[in-house]
Amino acid sequence: MLVLMIYVTIFVLAYVIYQAVAGRSSKKVGFNARKTVTFGDESAVTANRAASVISVVSIFLIWGAFTGSNLTPIHVPGPFVGKTSFTYTATNAENQTDDGTVHINVAKVGNDSKKPTLPESGQSGFAKDDALKVGAWRSALIRVQNNDDGGKIKGYRVTAINGQAIAPNQMVEVADGVVSMTSKGSLSFAPSKGWQMEPIWLPAPEAIVTRLFEISRDGYQNVALSENIGWSLFRVVVGFLLGSLVGIPLGYAMGLNDWFRGWFDPIVEFMRPIPPLALIPLVIIWFGIWEQGKISLLFLAALWIMTISARAGVSGVNISKVHAAYSLGASKLQILLHVIIPNSLPEIFTGARVAMGVCWGTVVAAELVAAEKGAGKMIIAASKFQQTDIVIMGIILIGIIGFGIDILMRMAESVLVPWKGKG
Amino acid sequence: MADEKQSSLLIDNISMTFNLPDGSSVEALKDVSLGLATGELLSVLGPSGCGKTTLLNIIAGFLAPTGGQIILNDHQVQGPAPERGMVFQRGALFEWMSVRKNVGFGPAMKGVPEKQIRTRVDELLEIVGLHDFGDKAVYELSGGMQQRVALARCLANDPDVILMDEPLGALDALTREKMQGLVLKLWKETGKTIILITHSVEEALLLGERLLVMAPRPGRIHKEYHLPFAEMGVDADLREVKKHGDYGSKREEILSMIWEMEEEIMGRKE
Ligand SMILES: Nc1ncnc2c1ncn2[C@@H]1O[C@H](COP(=O)(O)OP(=O)(O)OP(=O)(O)O)[C@@H](O)[C@H]1O
Ligand SMILES: [Mg+2]
Repeated sequence: MLVLMIYVTIFVLAYVIYQAVAGRSSKKVGFNARKTVTFGDESAVTANRAASVISVVSIFLIWGAFTGSNLTPIHVPGPFVGKTSFTYTATNAENQTDDGTVHINVAKVGNDSKKPTLPESGQSGFAKDDALKVGAWRSALIRVQNNDDGGKIKGYRVTAINGQAIAPNQMVEVADGVVSMTSKGSLSFAPSKGWQMEPIWLPAPEAIVTRLFEISRDGYQNVALSENIGWSLFRVVVGFLLGSLVGIPLGYAMGLNDWFRGWFDPIVEFMRPIPPLALIPLVIIWFGIWEQGKISLLFLAALWIMTISARAGVSGVNISKVHAAYSLGASKLQILLHVIIPNSLPEIFTGARVAMGVCWGTVVAAELVAAEKGAGKMIIAASKFQQTDIVIMGIILIGIIGFGIDILMRMAESVLVPWKGKG
Repeated sequence: MADEKQSSLLIDNISMTFNLPDGSSVEALKDVSLGLATGELLSVLGPSGCGKTTLLNIIAGFLAPTGGQIILNDHQVQGPAPERGMVFQRGALFEWMSVRKNVGFGPAMKGVPEKQIRTRVDELLEIVGLHDFGDKAVYELSGGMQQRVALARCLANDPDVILMDEPLGALDALTREKMQGLVLKLWKETGKTIILITHSVEEALLLGERLLVMAPRPGRIHKEYHLPFAEMGVDADLREVKKHGDYGSKREEILSMIWEMEEEIMGRKE
């Protein structure tokens, strides 16, 4: 909630500031800048580069601020770290009361820390001082009675913390934390957590970068990073190619022949709405969990998309073009080669982009279920060991690669079908 | 009829009835007959929906008529063939090919050697005034230029008859006038039989040795004119031709004829 509010605030603030700055230095150029109607004119709305940059930067800032990153200048309050103490008041069996102090050392988990040394003084009376060490974000039990004179005798009880009365199942806020009493009368101290996320929930950005370098150098569980990603990509490419190899001709046949259309229409229309992920269990039963199964799954994921886009490419041909070609003396085969196929290419490329995206998503999911190597396998293995940094690194890599695939496809498209949308 | 004997293109009693899915039927054409001699230039006018496009598609061989036949050079038309070239209003160029490839499409399909195609295409591009644009992509050309490419592509096949369905309909007035001059020039130079459908009375007058006015429901020939303006326009400025006294009176006559038909259609609808 808080994060969302901060994000919205940054959004609004950045917008206001940008408008003020851009408005003053109004050196807008180009045709779009001359348009007076922009609201509702989709072509006049281009992504504001400044907004994109600020958006990404602020995500990292918020991420950094809430994880205590070294990269960001401001942080939300972190967990308490350092020395603190509280005093407790105990009553013994003889109804005498005495105070004792608990000295606490709070340190980041993983940092070796020692219990604080107790001062020489303050050991008079039956309640003796105690020492405690706690990890940040954790809590620790302390049985203060253990070293107190008469602490083991029935009737001994702790009655107050820092002068505030306490009873079983109650708690008292002290400096830098909370002291609570269990139902059996032991004390438990939890240092204040602050607003930052524990690394096990969300590591700082630099931890993930460090982990990325580490993993790309040493691999993870004896598998190199490039090998993990390479296997995923390999499956996607093979599955996609097989799907296209079958799907495109099938789509053409469906667009050109009524028997094919009638035969495959029910199958395609039935298979189309089934998400490939829903096929995983069946594919595992049929083909097992190894390569054959995953590639069959990706093949199925790509197949219907490519079939449908090839079919749409054929039916999208302007009939005038076909008529013109016939009038110019082209045979059916020539019409297919010189008119129908080139005319359907833009549609097929659009389909290919979608199919690649779906395949990439599907392969990661399939690897989550079962795989020896692969991007999905890496993150699911890491999650079992609560290596959140590897999980997040994997997710970011998967996103970047998916995005990269789409950009490559778009580049291929603009080189191979420059006439797209210009018919 | 003696007229039909010497005709190279004979439209013989053509009828076309479309059966609609709701069970009713439309008589798009009823008993349309017409003979055209080689080298004649015919323009066809008529209110929207009177069957002009249907007639042209039947001549081109894209539609089989429900009655009658089309005969070209003593052969019955069975389907599309390169002897009958077609120029569409728009959208019929192959945008994945260069201008040159578009124009050379017909000969290439026939397997004419590359070199021959090239000379022929260069010739045609010169004629339509696009010699510098051979290697451009068609989508880089303006609408008027694209129609020139379509004309050149049609001519490259050396058809006997050229069929045009509102070929200049999508162009602006100025480009359109230039293109009208080009059509007349090509007609005279190539001696082709041309049938041109248009919505513009002026264009029909200028580009028709013969002018056919069609009437709707059922689609039929309403009136035929023989006009001198096309012949005049070959050598003279088209604007000069329009100043001719006869031109104005014919224009008024045909305009009011079509207006009447349109009004009749509206009246029947109510
Ligand atoms: N495929 C078809 N199915 C049913 N009716 C059709 C079909 N094609 C044309 N028609 C009907 O035939 C009639 C003639 O149509 P056509 O397209 O030939 O008219 P047109 O004279 O070319 O009109 P316009 O000037 O608007 O182009 C119209 O009433 C039309 O509704
Ligand atoms: Mg029409």
